Amino acid sequence: MLKEYSFEKTAIQTFADNVPLALRTEDMQVFYGSNHAMHDASLSFPKNQITALIGASGSGKSTYLRSLNRMNDGIATVTGKIWYHDVDINEPDVNIYEIRRHIGMVFQRPNPFSKSIRENIIYALRAEGIKDKQVLAERVERSLRGAALWDEVKDNLDKSALALSGGQQQRLCIARSIAMEPDVLLLDEPCSALDPISTVKVEETLAELRKKYTIIIVTHNMQQAARISSQCAFFHLGHVMEYTPTATMFSNPQIPVTQDYISGSFG
Amino acid sequence: MNAKQKDFLATITINVIVAAVVGILFFLLAYILISGLPHVSWSFLTGTTDSFSGAGGIGVQLFNSFYLLVLTMLISIPISLGAGIYLAEYAKDNWRTHLIRSAIEVLSSLPSVVVGLFGFLLFVVKFKIGFSVISGAIALTFFNLPLLTRNIEESLSAVPRNQREAGLSLGMSKWKTEIGIILPVALPGIVTGVVLSAGRVFGEAAALIYTAGQSAPVTNFADWNPMDAASPLNPLRPAETLAVHIWKVNTEGLANNAAQLSAAASAVLIIAVLLFNLGARVLGNYLYRRVTASK
Repeated sequence: MLKEYSFEKTAIQTFADNVPLALRTEDMQVFYGSNHAMHDASLSFPKNQITALIGASGSGKSTYLRSLNRMNDGIATVTGKIWYHDVDINEPDVNIYEIRRHIGMVFQRPNPFSKSIRENIIYALRAEGIKDKQVLAERVERSLRGAALWDEVKDNLDKSALALSGGQQQRLCIARSIAMEPDVLLLDEPCSALDPISTVKVEETLAELRKKYTIIIVTHNMQQAARISSQCAFFHLGHVMEYTPTATMFSNPQIPVTQDYISGSFG
Repeated sequence: MNAKQKDFLATITINVIVAAVVGILFFLLAYILISGLPHVSWSFLTGTTDSFSGAGGIGVQLFNSFYLLVLTMLISIPISLGAGIYLAEYAKDNWRTHLIRSAIEVLSSLPSVVVGLFGFLLFVVKFKIGFSVISGAIALTFFNLPLLTRNIEESLSAVPRNQREAGLSLGMSKWKTEIGIILPVALPGIVTGVVLSAGRVFGEAAALIYTAGQSAPVTNFADWNPMDAASPLNPLRPAETLAVHIWKVNTEGLANNAAQLSAAASAVLIIAVLLFNLGARVLGNYLYRRVTASK
């Protein structure tokens, strides 16, 4: 039996006015039909930092993440405000395709297109109207270097992306996202289908990418959250319970539910 | 009886049933080919038919079959592609979609002779097009649409969801994702379905008797202007196909060698359909490798 925890007692940090924010949600609620999957999520994400979203399965962290770049459109109803550069991107008349170019996403299972490595990266760029071969080639190299994949694939750019290993495919998906030159990168358990060595590579890549992008990552792996993130949000049954600097969360959790989750005596 | 004996018995039974099915098929194929092939010659394949007795070659009918097939596909592929994409990607799960699905199912179970009579009454009589290639092609389209639509829908639905998410997450529109990402992956399955349905269309007779007609007027194969009455490409001329020819020679053929003629024509028809099936496999596999692995 899952212990009952009060949803009243939460510990959510806010940031001083001089901390630049990349993204901020205000009272975000998510409904799947009549199922209220996310309650009052108000979180701020500082620029050029890695924020980890942790919690058990079904706690709503992926739901929250997918709402940030409107990937839940047509699947769930999302209310509340999502502030990005002083624009509420949860408004119905916002251009969602434009939003997704600024807020990229990498999924749980690597999902490269059934195309060559090069095509995987330039397909969306061409769809956006970039035709110049030199510009495209430069983007391919830059994004593959950014995802720490360039040295492994530079001689095989025309090979099928499906011939890559799982870890390489996932880094290709990261490269494909950063080729769009987004501001924010959302990652939904990007390492859960990968072996430990590939996981280390992806984590190193993220640490490097943090310099240019704001990263929000959902993870099941608490060690991973502890290793790479600057702050951590803990989700429980559709509520954000605690949002504190990662060091604080893992050494001195503020509320009972987080203490139990971190120590493994949850439920 | 213990589990091992039961298992043994079941295995034997299944093997016997499979052997019976394969045996019947091979017997049929062998019978048709052995009785027909000795009478197939170059002059039979290219010659013209005597319109009174039905004797002579099947050149025109063979051409008609292919021409009708091409026209039918030209009409039915775009329509079923649109319908398949709609059903797989855009249709919501509501009563309207269920209605469309049942309509397609009903259409696919219509007896082909009913489709033929419908085509006869509507195109041949009402629209006064007469027995013609185009009437036949439209009737065959009715016959072909439900299967093709189903095939395209299933091929598209078989593409993993995460491919769509990948496209959308890069800021591509749904349509662009559909055409650029999903359709190429589904293409091998779609092509296989198209070629297999081509085999069915090629062998169809009942729907054509009343629409494309039962006569194969001598055409001038030097005249490729579709507007000319004697041109083989003229879509408004009557066009007896190979399958209809077989039926006709068997029921009202007056030639002395009618049995041999129909056997030979049947062998040609069977070989063509086998080639379609083989082609579907080869082309499907080739495209699959092309799309998934690298060039």
